[in-house]
Amino acid sequence: MPDNLQLNSEGKLKHFLTIEGLDKQVLIEILDLAESFVGMNDGRIKKIPLLRGKSIVNLFFENSTRTRTTFELAAKRLSADVLSMSIATSSTSKGESLLDTIRNLEAMSVDMFVVRHGISGAAHFIAQHAAAHISVINAGDGQHAHPTQAMLDMFTIRQIKPEFSRLRVAIVGDILHSRVARSNIQALNTLGVAEVRVIAPKTLLPAQVETLGVTVSHNLAEGLQGIDVIIMLRLQKERMSSALLPSETEYFKCFGLTEERLKIAKPDAIVMHPGPINRGVEIDSIVADGPQSVILKQVSNGIAIRMAIMAMAMQKQGAM
Amino acid sequence: MERILIKDGRIIDPANKIDRIGSVYIADGKIASVTNEPAGFKADRVIDAKNQIVCPGFIDLSTRLREPGQSRKATFASETLAAAAGGITTLCLQPDTIPVIDARAVAELIKDQAEKCGYQQILPIAALTQKLEGTELSAMLALKQAGCVAVSNANQPVKNLLVLRRAMEYAASHDLLLMYRANDFWLANNGCVHEGVLSTRYGLPSIPDAAETIALAQCLELAELTGCRVHFGQLSSRRSVIKLHQAKKYGLAVSSDVAIHQLHLTENNIIPFDSAYHVLPPFRTHADKEALCEGLVNGTIDSICSDHQPHDLDAKLGAFPETEPGISSLETLLPLMLKLVSQRAITIEQGIAALTQNPAKILQLDGGALTLGFAADICIFDAEQDWQVNSENWKSQGVNTPFWGHIFKGRVIHTLQAGKVIFSRSVLTR
Repeated sequence: MPDNLQLNSEGKLKHFLTIEGLDKQVLIEILDLAESFVGMNDGRIKKIPLLRGKSIVNLFFENSTRTRTTFELAAKRLSADVLSMSIATSSTSKGESLLDTIRNLEAMSVDMFVVRHGISGAAHFIAQHAAAHISVINAGDGQHAHPTQAMLDMFTIRQIKPEFSRLRVAIVGDILHSRVARSNIQALNTLGVAEVRVIAPKTLLPAQVETLGVTVSHNLAEGLQGIDVIIMLRLQKERMSSALLPSETEYFKCFGLTEERLKIAKPDAIVMHPGPINRGVEIDSIVADGPQSVILKQVSNGIAIRMAIMAMAMQKQGAM
Repeated sequence: MERILIKDGRIIDPANKIDRIGSVYIADGKIASVTNEPAGFKADRVIDAKNQIVCPGFIDLSTRLREPGQSRKATFASETLAAAAGGITTLCLQPDTIPVIDARAVAELIKDQAEKCGYQQILPIAALTQKLEGTELSAMLALKQAGCVAVSNANQPVKNLLVLRRAMEYAASHDLLLMYRANDFWLANNGCVHEGVLSTRYGLPSIPDAAETIALAQCLELAELTGCRVHFGQLSSRRSVIKLHQAKKYGLAVSSDVAIHQLHLTENNIIPFDSAYHVLPPFRTHADKEALCEGLVNGTIDSICSDHQPHDLDAKLGAFPETEPGISSLETLLPLMLKLVSQRAITIEQGIAALTQNPAKILQLDGGALTLGFAADICIFDAEQDWQVNSENWKSQGVNTPFWGHIFKGRVIHTLQAGKVIFSRSVLTR
């Protein structure tokens, strides 16, 4: 990855496209800044004027409720003007190219794009072709990266288990198609956890998954042993129609997280999920809503993390 | 016609086992003599080839010039000039033009239009199936009579093995060569990079090497069953080389080529999400690249092609998986071959043979050699001259190459086609 695409000449964040190429110090800086915003979100005055007068456009070429909403709230709490566009139902259906959409919005003096797109590499493409003053935040591109999700996951983990170097983390489910998994693996390894373990059938693992710096298990019961953090991934329905899995029932039987299986992990293990949850497919409701689940905490942390990342990417424009 | 004397060059003609300093004499568009001056020869034009290499013009087994149908990408005029500037005197044209080369009229139109650009040797490859749809046989005999040198289904899948078997039987009946790019459509699964480290890290749709080797193995079986001559184009994997080596040892009438860029780049060289590297088959591993080179040296791979695929800017402007695959490569064919020589991966004789004698043999052409009486298709190049891939030097309309900006050693100075100088460069221009 060309590191310089994300960082400016002083090594400061300009775009936020992927965890790859960012060092531990940058990640910690993001987590610490987010920390300072968390208290604010709980307080009565929820707004600070850090990005006042800045225009942020959320460009969502793929549907999303949670990610879009938290980005929107984060921008508003930083006092930016924010516009959310669902492009899936807008110009591209009229044949307008990705680049033309970007050019048109640029002409309206936008300062930042938050991009979600179904194709791997789309956020890089936009960052490479957008005008020099514009920052691009990747809100998920194809199967490549979802770095803000990874950072909010790291943030949530650190709140409960502050010592990364001692942690064994399991990521369970559809690693092959998951941008969340790729970004989380990179973030966890950059922060220096003891082990990242992926647990999935071979059909849901990329060809050379071990090159990502993970250990591999095809058996949930075995794989959960000694684990501190369990990250469950969402299983898309189309995996069944493309012959990757026989049925949801069989998947739940083999890889669904039940109360009983949760007991195999360490007693104080936490359960995470990027959402939206398929109850009874990858996770049992009792676990999802249980005491070890931090799933809703992840959602609320999403706002603080996204505030931190947006603020840092705008530093060059005089914010902070 | 002009009588031409090319004097004092280093003549390398692998077919005739010649490698020495000397002169080439051309009369009536044909080779009149190599080294010895024919009695009464009076040159109308003398080309001084001192410190330059004189060899047969290159024969490129797989190109796309984009005409007819996609002149926004490239034209006969732009690409035949690029070919001439690259020392290429014979171009085989894949049938996936618009319309497809599945009718006599299309093949004839192509030859006519190319000749209007002053380029004689464009050899269309006929579609194996109608519209390349993979279901019904094309009129192969009529297409052969219209000048097509082989049949191919380009990058399109044949519906099933029964159709492929029938097509091969029919091609064999008319002694037509099948040019086959081994690729299982289903296993390839719309991938855009090799299934390996890169696809894993960047979440890109991937193509396992088995997509190539399985299709290759099937076609080898059918080659034996049907007796059809098969040429496997644009190989990309180590295991394909192994399979082909066994098949040749066993005595099957098969040949193969590799695209020049496959001998230089691997998935590790891909700048992430840079669409200039988007090509099919995809760049694979270091081991694959090494095996392809080795195959070239031990004769398992007979020929090097450019696999030239020029594109317009829009085709390459987008997120990687959504861009069109292919590299514009006529003009980097020679310098990349010479780079292999300087890396000591191959000898210059092997490199030139893979571009001249061997493809001529595959196509059963009287060419690819400086044999007395053959058409004087000749490339004269300076193996030491540096040049940069930039808009000043580049002739192809397609600027889609991962080598843009590179400085290469080795540059064509003159290209002759049937005794006519179709390209000449002032030695001083860099």
